[in-house]
Amino acid sequence: MDFLRPSTLAEALAVKAERPDAVPIAGGTDVMVELNFDHRRPAALLDLTRIEELRTWTPGLRIGAGVPYVRIIDELGAQLPGLAMASRTVGSPQIRNRGTVGGNLGAASPAGDTHPVLIASDAVIEVASVRGTRMIPVDDFYTGVKRNALEPDELIVAIHLPPAPGPQQFAKIGTRNAMVIAVCSFAISLHPNEKRVGAAVGSAAPTPRRARDAEDFLSAALTWEAPKPLLDSVKREFGELVSQAASPIDDVRGSAAYRRHALAVMARRTLGWAWQEYLEGEQACA
Amino acid sequence: MRVNVTVNGEQRQADDVWEGESLLYMLRERLGLPGSKNACEQGECGSCTVYLDDVPVCSCLVAAGQAQDREVRTVEGLAEGESLDPVQEAFVEAGAVQCGFCTPGLVVAAHDLLNRVDNPSDPEIREALAGNLCRCTGYEKILDAVRLAASRK
Ligand SMILES: Cc1cc2nc3c(=O)[nH]c(=O)nc-3n(C[C@H](O)[C@H](O)[C@H](O)COP(=O)(O)OP(=O)(O)OC[C@H]3O[C@@H](n4cnc5c(N)ncnc54)[C@H](O)[C@@H]3O)c2cc1C
Ligand code: FES
Ligand code: FES
Repeated sequence: MDFLRPSTLAEALAVKAERPDAVPIAGGTDVMVELNFDHRRPAALLDLTRIEELRTWTPGLRIGAGVPYVRIIDELGAQLPGLAMASRTVGSPQIRNRGTVGGNLGAASPAGDTHPVLIASDAVIEVASVRGTRMIPVDDFYTGVKRNALEPDELIVAIHLPPAPGPQQFAKIGTRNAMVIAVCSFAISLHPNEKRVGAAVGSAAPTPRRARDAEDFLSAALTWEAPKPLLDSVKREFGELVSQAASPIDDVRGSAAYRRHALAVMARRTLGWAWQEYLEGEQACA
Repeated sequence: MRVNVTVNGEQRQADDVWEGESLLYMLRERLGLPGSKNACEQGECGSCTVYLDDVPVCSCLVAAGQAQDREVRTVEGLAEGESLDPVQEAFVEAGAVQCGFCTPGLVVAAHDLLNRVDNPSDPEIREALAGNLCRCTGYEKILDAVRLAASRK
């Protein structure tokens, strides 16, 4: 095995072009588990932790693929409340100190916690190779269970997403408050500027998935201009549509029926919280 | 491969490191520092927690080569000569150690918490230690130890 240690992005892309079999390693919180248990014996590891460009974020926002969760929580919590909420639920402090959104995308597990948030907030994934840069809308990024749209010579460089235009929420079901792979998860993002809602489910289909019908229904049902408290019927219908967007399976973490039920509950609750925040914001302005 | 790394303030060199090897393995098997424990090798238990450039991480999830030219501080590096770090002392006094397997990781995690937060609340302590498992104590004595260490800072 080779251990490759580029110090710039250009160098890393050149190495990846020459050695497409090299496995990138950022926080290592997925890769090292596979190595320790001999589930994977790559010909080479490509260490990304020395590449400064991957470890910085710039306003707008463009977040380097290698920015660890702890920094998203500490530095971007106000601008990206949804992503920060999801980041806070990842693993443990030790895992959040190392793990990255780029690694979450690289692993592309249907249970990865950042995915529903990235979908609900219309993130764009910047990937690059020596052939050039591609901007991939996050909806097109997940191609199957633990599969993504990366070509063998490409690296994930950054995640682009706008500062939250409105309230955002994330919820996740698990057996304790730390260190759990989601039984299922849900993210909602209000875009009052466009009178539109983003909503997506995690760990409830082969890939993270946008709940399109639920988004369309809610975008039309919400009283954006003169916001009023939500009708229970709207919350219930939204929950139902979110639940229908999933195609969950029975596995060790939960049954398909439970996942469907839990998704509807999470969708209703997070909508309630997000709308309440919007109402309070509007009243404060008025 | 060869890895050069500063460990507990000393410049160290490890040879014949396998490229897929973890920092934990290198510390224990090549650098003679068995304080950090290996209980799961998958990030779940925290018994391998060390500081990497002042940030607590699971050393079983860091590739040894990623530590090249970086600074590692293990549980062996917390005491000053013969005198224990206040966190270590508090663990002993509070009876927070039974079999002791989880202790090195918990001590490093608690040490980091008290570096960052002056008087941590109970929820803050629980959150900071959420990545460390103990099969013996039931955690109450561990919480006592952290409160005791905090009160002495
Ligand atoms: C104990 C434990 C608890 C966990 N809990 C959670 C949890 O609650 N929620 C959750 O979502 N995940 C969890 N995980 C999984 C993991 O922490 C996350 O998926 C994390 O985001 C991975 O990031 P990383 O930087 O450590 O990735 P790495 O392990 O370094 O890489 C992961 C994958 O992405 C690829 N990769 C990394 N960076 C790039 C890049 N820039 N370009 C191309 N490919 C890249 C790697 O080759 C690899 O295939 C947990 C893991 C552990 C060990
Ligand atoms: S041995 Fe590293 S977390 Fe358990
Ligand atoms: S004292 Fe035995 S595992 Fe904690």
